[in-house]
Amino acid sequence: MVRYIIRRLVLLIPILLGVALITFLIMHLIPGDPARVMAGITASDADVEAIRARLGLDQPLFVQFWEFLKGLVQGDLGTSLRTRRPVALEIQERFFATASLAAMAIAFSIAMSIPLGIFAARRQHSAGDNLSMLAAMFGISAPSFWIGLILMYYLAYRLPLFPPSGMYGPPWTLVGLQSYILPTITLSISSTAIMARLTRSSILEILRQDYIRTARSKGLGERLVLYHHALRNALIPVITLAGIQLGALLGGAVVVETVFSWPGLGRYVVSAIHYRDFPVVQGGVMLFALCFVVINLAVDVLYAFVDPRIRYD
Amino acid sequence: MQNTHVDSHAKQLPVSYGAGPKWLSSSRGKLYDFWRRFRKNRTAVIGLLLIAFNVSVAILAPVLAPYDPYEQNWRARMEGPSAEHWFGTDQHGRDQLSRIIWGSRISLAIGMISVSIGLFGGGLLGLVAGFFGGFVDNTIMRIMDIMMAFPGVLMAMALVAALGPGLYNVMIAVGVWSIPLFSRLVRGTVLGLKENEFVAAARAIGCSSVRIIFFHVLPNTIAPILVFSSLRMATALLSAAALSFLGLGAQPPQPDWGAMLSQGRQHIHTSPHLMWFPGAAIMLLVLAFNMLGDGLRDALDPRLRNS
Repeated sequence: MVRYIIRRLVLLIPILLGVALITFLIMHLIPGDPARVMAGITASDADVEAIRARLGLDQPLFVQFWEFLKGLVQGDLGTSLRTRRPVALEIQERFFATASLAAMAIAFSIAMSIPLGIFAARRQHSAGDNLSMLAAMFGISAPSFWIGLILMYYLAYRLPLFPPSGMYGPPWTLVGLQSYILPTITLSISSTAIMARLTRSSILEILRQDYIRTARSKGLGERLVLYHHALRNALIPVITLAGIQLGALLGGAVVVETVFSWPGLGRYVVSAIHYRDFPVVQGGVMLFALCFVVINLAVDVLYAFVDPRIRYD
Repeated sequence: MQNTHVDSHAKQLPVSYGAGPKWLSSSRGKLYDFWRRFRKNRTAVIGLLLIAFNVSVAILAPVLAPYDPYEQNWRARMEGPSAEHWFGTDQHGRDQLSRIIWGSRISLAIGMISVSIGLFGGGLLGLVAGFFGGFVDNTIMRIMDIMMAFPGVLMAMALVAALGPGLYNVMIAVGVWSIPLFSRLVRGTVLGLKENEFVAAARAIGCSSVRIIFFHVLPNTIAPILVFSSLRMATALLSAAALSFLGLGAQPPQPDWGAMLSQGRQHIHTSPHLMWFPGAAIMLLVLAFNMLGDGLRDALDPRLRNS
C-alpha cells in the first residue's frame, strides 16, 4: 500500500508539470497583450515596453515558463495586474470560502443521496422509486445557477429566511451557517442526484449476487441482508463517485459563487477573466487543478482501504 | 458491450444465411432489435420527442416567434406573462417567448458543434491510441490525463479566458474540454475489440491498419459513442449555459438562454418570470438528452437494463 501511494505521488509530478504547462501556454498564446492591459489604453509604447521588461514578457517562452515554475515551487504566483498584490496572498484569502463551501456541499450530498438511493432500491419499480429517480433526473439536468436563483427568490426574497448573497462568517457561527445554506444546497443538487442514482443501481446489482442469496437462504431478515451484507459492497463505487464529485464541486463552485456573490476563489477567477488579469487566472486555475488531482489521489487510496479485493501491485 | 454485439450477430447468422446478403439482414436484425428495445423504454422515447420538439422549434423559429427577438419596446418593460406576451417581456421590453424560441437555435448549435469537436478530436485520438498501443498510446493518454486534471468547466473557462468571451469560443472551449473523455471511451472500446478474431482475420487477408481501424474497428465503437454523445450533449449545454451566465459566452443582445438568465438576474425579486422560462428551457433540453442517453444505453446494452 505504501509503495502504491509513493508511486502515485511520483506520478503526480508529470501531471502537475503538464497542468502548469497547459495553463501557462493558454495564458501566453492569447491574442491580447498583458503588458498593454496592465499599462492601460492611454499608456505610451515606452511604458508598455517597460512593463513588459519588468514582467519578463520580453523573454523567450521557455525562459518565462521556467521562471513561472520556479515561482510555483516557491509559492510565488506573480502579482495581480488589477490590485498589484501577490496572487498567492489573494488566493489564500479566498480559499477558505471555496473549500468550506465544497466540503459542506459534499457532506450534504452524501447525507441526502445514500438514504435516497437505499429508499429507491428497496422499493424498486414502486411509485416512490420512480418519483425519486425522476427527481434525480431533474436534479442532474437543471442548471445550478437556475436552482440558485429560484432558491434565492423563494427563501431569501419572498420568505426572508436566509441572506440572498454573501458570506457572513465561518459555518460554525449561526449567522455564518445561515449564509452557507442556500449556496450549499445549490452546489450539491447535481452531485446528490448523481450519487442517489448510483447508490440505487449499485444496491440493486449487489442484491442479485450469490452471496446475498446465500444470506437470505440462511433465513436472515431483509434489513440485515441489506444493511449488513449488501450496503458495505454497494457503497464502494459511491465512495469513489463522492471523491470525483468533490472535484466537480470545485468547478461548480465557480458558477454558484457568482450567483451568491460568494467571496471565494471561483468568483475571483471569473472576475479576473473579465479584467484579463492573467496571473490571477493562471494561479487560480493551477490551484483548482492541484486540489482536483490531490483529491483524486486520496480517493484512489481510500478505495484501496475499503475494498481489499483491489490489488495495487 | 462488444460481447452483446458478437452474440446477437452470431444468433442471426443462421437466419440470414441464404436470404440475401448476410451483412444486410444481420444489421437490419440488430437495428430492429435495438428499435424494439428502445421504444419500450418510455423515458428514452419522451427524451427523443422532446429533442424533436426542440429541433422543430429551432427550424421554425421565424414562423413560430410572435415578435422579433431583438425588438425593444420601452412601454412594455418587465411585464409578466399575458395574452400578448405569453412568457412576459424582459428589461428592454423584448418578448421572452420569441427570444426563447430563437435561443433554441443557439443552444442546439452549441451542443452539436462542441460535441462534434470532442467526438472527432477525441474519437480519432482514442482510435489511434487504442489500436497502436505502446508509445503512441502512452503519449496520447498522458496528455489526455493532464487535460482531465482540470475540474469541471475550468478547462473551458481557461480557454475562454484566452480566446476571449463569445459564442464561438465557448463552442471551441467546451469541445476541446470533451476531447479527453471521448478519447478514453473510444480507446477503451478499441482495446477490447482489437483482440477479437475479426481483427486478426482482417490482418491475415492483408488489410492495412487504416482500413482495419476505419472499416472494422470503428463501426463496432458506434454504440458506446452514441450513448456518450447524447449524455455529453447534456453536459455541453449545461456548461455553455453556465459560461454564458458568467458573461463569458453569448454576448448581449443574442437570445441565448444562459445569457438571458444572467441579464434577468438583477431583476428577479420584482420579475421572477425572467428566471423561470429561460431556466426551464435549458433544463428541458438537457433533460431530453439525458433521458435519450439513458434509454440508448439500456437499448444498446441489455446487460445494463434494470440497473
